[in-house]
Amino acid sequence: MNPTWSRFNITSIVLGFAFLYLPIVLLVVFSFNESKLVTVWGGFSTKWYVALFHNQGLMDATWVTARVAVISATVATVLGTLAALTLTRYTRFKGRMLFSGMVFAPLVMPEVITGLSLLLLFVAVGLDRGFLTVTLAHITLTMCFVAVVVQSRLVTFDRSLEEAAMDLGAPPVKTFFQITLPVIMPAIVSGWMLAFTLSLDDLVIASFTSGPGATTLPMKIYSQVRLGVTPEINAACTILIAVVAVGVIIASLANKRREVQRQRDEQAAQRG
Amino acid sequence: MKSLGSIRRDFAPWNDPNAKPYIQFDKVTKKFGDFTAVNNLSLTIFEREFFALLGASGCGKSTLLRMLAGFEEPTAGRILLDGQDLRGIPPYRRPVNMMFQSYALFPHMTVENNIAFGLKQDGMPKPEIAARVGEMLKLVKLEQFAKRKPHQLSGGQRQRVALARSVAKRPKVLLLDEPLGALDKKLREETQFELMDLQQSLGLTFVVVTHDQEEAMTMADRIAIIDKGEVMQVATPAEVYEAPGSRFVAGFVGNVNMFEGKIARGEAGAASIDAGNGITIRTENAGDAATGAAVAFAIRPEKIKISSKKPAGAVNAIEGEVYDIAYLGDMTVYHVRLDDGHVVRASTMNAARITEDPLSWNDRAWVSFRPDAGVVLTR
Repeated sequence: MNPTWSRFNITSIVLGFAFLYLPIVLLVVFSFNESKLVTVWGGFSTKWYVALFHNQGLMDATWVTARVAVISATVATVLGTLAALTLTRYTRFKGRMLFSGMVFAPLVMPEVITGLSLLLLFVAVGLDRGFLTVTLAHITLTMCFVAVVVQSRLVTFDRSLEEAAMDLGAPPVKTFFQITLPVIMPAIVSGWMLAFTLSLDDLVIASFTSGPGATTLPMKIYSQVRLGVTPEINAACTILIAVVAVGVIIASLANKRREVQRQRDEQAAQRG
Repeated sequence: MKSLGSIRRDFAPWNDPNAKPYIQFDKVTKKFGDFTAVNNLSLTIFEREFFALLGASGCGKSTLLRMLAGFEEPTAGRILLDGQDLRGIPPYRRPVNMMFQSYALFPHMTVENNIAFGLKQDGMPKPEIAARVGEMLKLVKLEQFAKRKPHQLSGGQRQRVALARSVAKRPKVLLLDEPLGALDKKLREETQFELMDLQQSLGLTFVVVTHDQEEAMTMADRIAIIDKGEVMQVATPAEVYEAPGSRFVAGFVGNVNMFEGKIARGEAGAASIDAGNGITIRTENAGDAATGAAVAFAIRPEKIKISSKKPAGAVNAIEGEVYDIAYLGDMTVYHVRLDDGHVVRASTMNAARITEDPLSWNDRAWVSFRPDAGVVLTR
């Protein structure tokens, strides 16, 4: 027997994974339950998935969530990238430490506080709560995450690439769009995906800042669960899990393949 | 048509008082906060010259290059290129191109597109760009790598792409920042000669920054030795080596034996130097050093003869003991401890396979040299 597969190791692994995945497995299994009772197994069925697509409330909420996530992630990516650029490039201005601290503070800020303060702001300026306010709130929430991701890439960015472009006759704006942006694009894309995911599953801030007609999916699910868990919700969550899992798997496979290809190329180049 | 060699041999605009300077650093100072990187420095470089800025790291040589490229502006003074003051002209409008130490190849572009980048910025028509890129690829012998990305190339190939990219626009001046620093020794030596040929055949002015004296000596028409933001000496490689202007230059370029002493008797360039402990050196190269002046006598190891008996008729011969021998194949380096404790380095070419006068550790030995073999340094 392989010594690394000792009884202790196996027990640890089983316990660990059970702790992580048992709730999710349960949820997925019961989404295929024939019975309406969540705790009693009544045979296999996909009827809750059919019912799900006829539940206008859930479908509306999904649509709202998707739009909020796409718009807020995109705006947050633009703002976050700009913040990251400023923080890595203009290192000599006064109060830089304060500024950079302030950009990253929302990362650790309790969401309840962010949500409440945004709510107060929207009330103070007389902005009706709805689609616009949720989107704005999500931009606030996710911008700093994008900034962190992009900044970590910019720190290792070789500035002589930009100097070389300018040296060869490209003015600063052209240099940015032809050299800097393509090189840091992978980080920007990861930042966007992170922002999108955060916006997708945010409940706390959305609850504070949303209004009638702009109920997001997490809000909808939460409010329905309070009236009792239905297998329909299980089905909705299963689809969500599937979408996220497929996305993550595709992204990591693509990454892995690119890495392997790169290593092979480099070895080939070294051989001559 | 003249051969490249004869062009190179006859090329000496710095000796021609009517020659027009091409690049001029005019009392240039550059400060970064409290740190003075370049201090009131003036320098003249001529058209088609292969000019090397040589110095230890942090001496300000790279700052000079970056000021020429436009990445830094001088704090004071002017930089002129072909009579034009470069102040305020951004890097993308200067007729100079730079080859970066890191090569700075654009990782998301193919070799072809890297080379074409500068030409596209000029709005050159597409067929002309394609022709020029082809010409450049041929020049650096990378035709079959046109479609590759930089990470698919070896170090030497990347260096060639960087070179091709920087000369593709036919700049007035090509700036090279430690161009061979990342290559291994063998490849570096080959590339040195290729760079020289390239410079001659393109007829461009090259300014190269390097900390490697051998590289500067091999390639450059003239070398400027920089220390603490100031020029120590500007001269041809031979002059820098054989007639260094100061103790610093003598010690920085190549190996040297230095005797500190006082001029005892001087007449028309000839002098005796009292180096203390009974050592008196007779030299014909005292220049105009006054009697009693504190000077250094510098002599290169290969100009010192080493023998087991006192050579007959030698003007300068000092006795000592061999305490270290380094056999390098083409030559042997001896360290001889003179009786006053001074250590002298002498090197002998191994012209024959077996030397007739083999010296060994702890042998008594004489070091001797001709009166014209060394130089007297007053600074």
